[in-house]
Amino acid sequence: MSPELFKILLMATGETLYMVAVAASLGTLLGAPLGIFLATSRRGEIFAAPVTNRIVGAIVNATRSTPFIILVVAIVPFTRLVAGTSIGTNAAIVPLTIAATPFIARIVESAIREVDPGLIEAARAMGASPAQIVRHVLLPEARPSIALGLTLAVVSLLGYSAMVGAVGGGGLGDLGIRYGYQRFMPEMMLAVVAVLIVMVQSAQTIGDTIARRLDRRTRRG
Amino acid sequence: MNAIAFPPVASAPLADFQPAQAGADPVIILDRVSKAFRPRAKGTPVVALEDVSLSIRSGEIVGIIGRSGAGKSTLVRLINGLEKPTGGTVTVAGVRLAELSERQARQHRRRIGMVFQHFNLLSARTAAGNVALPLQIAGESKAKIKRRVDELLELVGLAKQRDRYPAELSGGQKQRVGIARALATAPKVLLCDEATSALDPETTEQILELLARIRRELGVTIVLITHEMGVVKAIADRVAVLESGRVVEEGPTFEVFSAPKHPTTRSFLQTLSSAKLPDHIRTALTGSAKGASQAVVRVQFTGPQAEQPVLSRLARMLAIDINILSGQVETVGGRGFGTLVIAVPSDSASVEAVTAALTRLELKAEVLGYVA
Repeated sequence: MSPELFKILLMATGETLYMVAVAASLGTLLGAPLGIFLATSRRGEIFAAPVTNRIVGAIVNATRSTPFIILVVAIVPFTRLVAGTSIGTNAAIVPLTIAATPFIARIVESAIREVDPGLIEAARAMGASPAQIVRHVLLPEARPSIALGLTLAVVSLLGYSAMVGAVGGGGLGDLGIRYGYQRFMPEMMLAVVAVLIVMVQSAQTIGDTIARRLDRRTRRG
Repeated sequence: MNAIAFPPVASAPLADFQPAQAGADPVIILDRVSKAFRPRAKGTPVVALEDVSLSIRSGEIVGIIGRSGAGKSTLVRLINGLEKPTGGTVTVAGVRLAELSERQARQHRRRIGMVFQHFNLLSARTAAGNVALPLQIAGESKAKIKRRVDELLELVGLAKQRDRYPAELSGGQKQRVGIARALATAPKVLLCDEATSALDPETTEQILELLARIRRELGVTIVLITHEMGVVKAIADRVAVLESGRVVEEGPTFEVFSAPKHPTTRSFLQTLSSAKLPDHIRTALTGSAKGASQAVVRVQFTGPQAEQPVLSRLARMLAIDINILSGQVETVGGRGFGTLVIAVPSDSASVEAVTAALTRLELKAEVLGYVA
């Protein structure tokens, strides 16, 4: 591979990392509170609001059912409003974030719902307020599951980021299509796939390690 | 023969009993409390508790015994105010929790410590971190939390394990952490919901000893919710028997043990090992005196006669041989409680004379059957 092409590959890798990192961070910032709400607002829970819960749940499901490539095109006006443009890496972050948010919300929700209800009962008996229960009990206890779930989200975002080439988002997927497929450069295609494999592997390894560090539920030798 | 004189009570391991201070104010008052749950679908409400009245004095250890579904958990949640009664009033430390706002109720709950069957410790926190939780919730300063946590871990004998996570502790150690946590905010009342039911017998005994010591040293009122008679027997001053949402029998532990009135109480007493006959006697036992040489009689010692050589006197008086088949002395509510199974000649005259003599001595005698 020529140094020039290598440079292009490097840049695309940088773009992918940038898009995924920003979208995952924003998605967590928006999705985590949403997930906490979904988990704690069901009937009989600490912030019980069953009707709102069902409405929010329906919106989350609707967003999650929309195929990502359709979402990208459908929200172009919104993307332009937020990013000032509908083309480019920054613009691509908007649909990526919108796809990541409900995904992360569901991940956080299921992680919190796994927490032993006995712990909530204990905290309530101590006189904890609902906010204190979330902060001192639910989030710390759900941390290992959340870490694993976020890893899953990052890996999914890596896949999604390949599609934003359709709106000029750049990144590895875009590079693979334009050089590898359209210009028929199999070595570029191979390189792109190899870099993605390394990225997914690293993300998974890092995520697993963090989750294991956080998990105190089993005895350690 | 002086074999049946009881050892002094103080030598029993769990006998560190002090009667509740006479005239002490009741700290928990349940006055005609009822609780019914509205069913999810339409239908008649499910009644969990009905017309329960109970008064628990400061510094007392009270056992509330019942089978699963008898309403024990509901009773706990009514006392700590997580449920509101549908009838009657629950007063704890002079406050009716049901009448407080949610915020006030949360404040008040700090005066009631809870110990759980499955410990309910945070897996992500160390022993010290778990004990610190109620103090953090109460908004205490870091310095105060640290001092109090050290004090409490010392009290329950876990100072060395302070940085261990629950997964690295044994069941008994976990429950000690649970007890330390429940005591963190210096509560007046300790509610133990099946606190020993997940533990082996030896650990159970250690935890009960710890609870007895806590009552003695801190003067905390302890409510023990359980389905195990052994737990009640070991440390409770008084016992209430719960059956289908009602209190069917209530009184000082010793009295309920020595003279149970309700069938449910009796069936709970049957579960104690002391109530069971040794296997080799039980299998040989028949209902009729025909062809039998000896009658098997169970004698219960509860009173001052426990100190007297009753059997040798009996043998002399009636000029018969008395054979001791099995015997046990337990501590119930801090007093000696003896059970002796004896064999006497099976002819009806002897049996009658023996039971009459025992009854005259105010001992409880019961003919269990006959053996060849």
